[in-house]
Amino acid sequence: MMTAFPMNRSIVCVLLLASGALLAQHEYTATDIENGGRQYVNNCVYCHGPEGDQIAGVSLFQGRFKRAVSDDDIVQIIRNGVPGTGMPAQTGMNEANARTIVAYLRSAAAVPASTLTGGNAARGKSLFEGKGACATCHRVQGSGSRMGPDLSDIGMQRRAVELEKSLLDPGAGVLPQHRFVQVTPKSGPAVTGRLLNQDTFTLQLIDSQERLRTFVIADLRDYSVLKDSRMPSYKDKLSRQELADMVSYLVSLKGPNKP
Amino acid sequence: MKRFVLLVVSIASLSAQVTFDRILNAGKEPQNWLTYSGGTSSQRHSTLTQITPDNVKNLELQWIFQSRSLERYEATPLVVDGVMYTVQNPDDVLALDAATGRVYWTYNYQLSPDARPCCGRLSRGLAILGDTLFIGTIDAHVVALDAKSGKPLWNAQVGDPEKGYAITHAPLIVKDKVIVGMAGGEYGIRGYILGLDAKTGKEAWRFYTIPGPGEPGHESWAGDSWQHGGASVWVTGSYDPESNLTFWGIGNPGPDWNGDTRGGDNLYACSVVALDADTGKLKWYYQFSPHDEFDYDAVQVPVLADIDWQGRPRKVMMWANRNGLFYVLDRTTGQFLSGKPFVKVNWMNGFDERGRPMKLASAASSKTGTLIFPGNQGGTNWYSPSFSPHTGLFYIPAWDNYSSLYVKQDQDFVEGRTFGGGGPRPTGPATKTGVQNFRGDEDIYGAVRAIDPKTGEKKWEFKMADVTEAGILTTASDVLFTGGHEGYFFALDARNGKLLWKSSLGGEVRSGPMTFMVNGRQYVAVDAGNSLFVWALRQ
Repeated sequence: MMTAFPMNRSIVCVLLLASGALLAQHEYTATDIENGGRQYVNNCVYCHGPEGDQIAGVSLFQGRFKRAVSDDDIVQIIRNGVPGTGMPAQTGMNEANARTIVAYLRSAAAVPASTLTGGNAARGKSLFEGKGACATCHRVQGSGSRMGPDLSDIGMQRRAVELEKSLLDPGAGVLPQHRFVQVTPKSGPAVTGRLLNQDTFTLQLIDSQERLRTFVIADLRDYSVLKDSRMPSYKDKLSRQELADMVSYLVSLKGPNKP
Repeated sequence: MKRFVLLVVSIASLSAQVTFDRILNAGKEPQNWLTYSGGTSSQRHSTLTQITPDNVKNLELQWIFQSRSLERYEATPLVVDGVMYTVQNPDDVLALDAATGRVYWTYNYQLSPDARPCCGRLSRGLAILGDTLFIGTIDAHVVALDAKSGKPLWNAQVGDPEKGYAITHAPLIVKDKVIVGMAGGEYGIRGYILGLDAKTGKEAWRFYTIPGPGEPGHESWAGDSWQHGGASVWVTGSYDPESNLTFWGIGNPGPDWNGDTRGGDNLYACSVVALDADTGKLKWYYQFSPHDEFDYDAVQVPVLADIDWQGRPRKVMMWANRNGLFYVLDRTTGQFLSGKPFVKVNWMNGFDERGRPMKLASAASSKTGTLIFPGNQGGTNWYSPSFSPHTGLFYIPAWDNYSSLYVKQDQDFVEGRTFGGGGPRPTGPATKTGVQNFRGDEDIYGAVRAIDPKTGEKKWEFKMADVTEAGILTTASDVLFTGGHEGYFFALDARNGKLLWKSSLGGEVRSGPMTFMVNGRQYVAVDAGNSLFVWALRQ
């Protein structure tokens, strides 16, 4: 008895997309890249810098390395270090995590550097707090709203080009932990907030008044996790110079000094 | 005088030994839970009916046993005549009063430092025969204990822990034998199943899960790959007294994620094997996932039942596999009767006339990565399913919308070291312990899926925001108990999936619930985090 199942069209599409998105020598998922970005910030950024170019002769995001050629070379160097140099062995890092860093580097290499140069960080700060009204959602070193992501060390976490992209097209890449949720209780007005957690029966959010709130899903008329960004695009709101100033300010946000 | 006789009988039955006849007829004494899955047919179904869909909301926590171990608790306890026997990870054994949780005795196992199980230093439970308890340990020993005192009776080393051999599942008793299988599929072991004499621990038979030279199936391994091909066992099997067959699910071939050096189907990896329980001889096998590269261990509990199949009664085995398909097999002959995806599957698109899956050419691990549904943890995994003869439905703890990117690497075998040949990469938000859940509708989720085995069709599902590694218990009063990563333990109506009751335990439920009765009161028990929780109806 031969039994054939109809092939799910959406699965076929995913496969084609996956094979079309070949990066360097390995294929990496968006999750790999995201995880790798976090690993990079935690383990690499203090020496290599957010642009990956703080070590002479090395430009990680341009694919310029002193010794590594292949992805496997990079993994090996991350884990074992380079004896006699300042590159320490990440002895506690497993291969899978090291490989996510490679995913992040390869992904970043595919994005050209920001063209918004010549910005002034002080002017950017004024824009952030004034015309841009960024502090109505974002917090920097203790002031501003907790509704959106805290940007106190965003300059350590994101490259200038990524910050530029976020300002111009904020909906392009919302991380899962920055998703908003809209809930409509059976009684009372709808509430929008940043999703903090959810399970089968409840969800937790921080609302626009910075209240930590839990909703019982059975008591809701409706709720949806919003994939788009709540942040407006600044493409037509700020001039090119103002955008450069803003990026310059954001790049300057390095968080508290760390040892 | 008559009253006196009755009293004597009552005391005698309370202290009676657990004969194999009692184990075979476990359904006749539903106050007890005599095997890992509640009986040799492994339905994880109880005929106790005190707790019902109407009154389950009145469950009240009776006691908690907090184990002295931070390892996740995956065990199912046994209960025999008011005494509960369970493990404390990795391999301690305890006897507790089943109604109060007070400890009668503790056996502390002295573990070899050579133990190196891949995926948790834990035991999933015990077996009992007569007055003797049996545990398989992660340093590959089987230990027999006096059930009254916890004193060891014998201790048999049955594998080399330095080479990665381990036992993590509850043993199975068949007649006078203790049956165990070897974990270690990530270390390049050559798996085997043993029948040990329950009185002495002496090996009565051995079945290698990878055939050696000259044996049928040996040709399914290229070159010398059979020597380190894995094919482990880490979940308890079942037994059918009519055919005298014991059924065991076999794990993945090794190296896990790179099949280049092990060309062929790699028998009996990712298969169910039916063995003569007296001799260990292979009677039949069915391979769910030939030449697996996606870690699709067939380490599920074989669920046996006699059901109506296309108009006539049939002795079947039901199996929700890690590879995402639900199967019905004839358990006497191994004949493939049906197979159908219960979650999103993209590695195959049907079966040939012999029941062999038609694997897609694109479904192969690659150096650049291949996207496969279901992902590495599977559409389900080792988590116990349940079959309710009362509803006729089969209940699966499922992961859906779940994929991995499979990346292979070249790897040479080194004894005692992991032998994976690459690995899976995540494609969605994390499913790890303790993280907040930011997932959206299109992301991976967990569910209890109720399947009609006659059609393979889904009758209902209970969707969870997070995934689940909890087993499922059903009762004859149509109450279904399960839990999940979120730390809820809850009851559903087994007929329609409606939520009846829930309790937040604060630790992931990664075990199979069970139920028992003491002094006329029904209890339900489950492990969550590293503790064991027990409820009964409020009095």
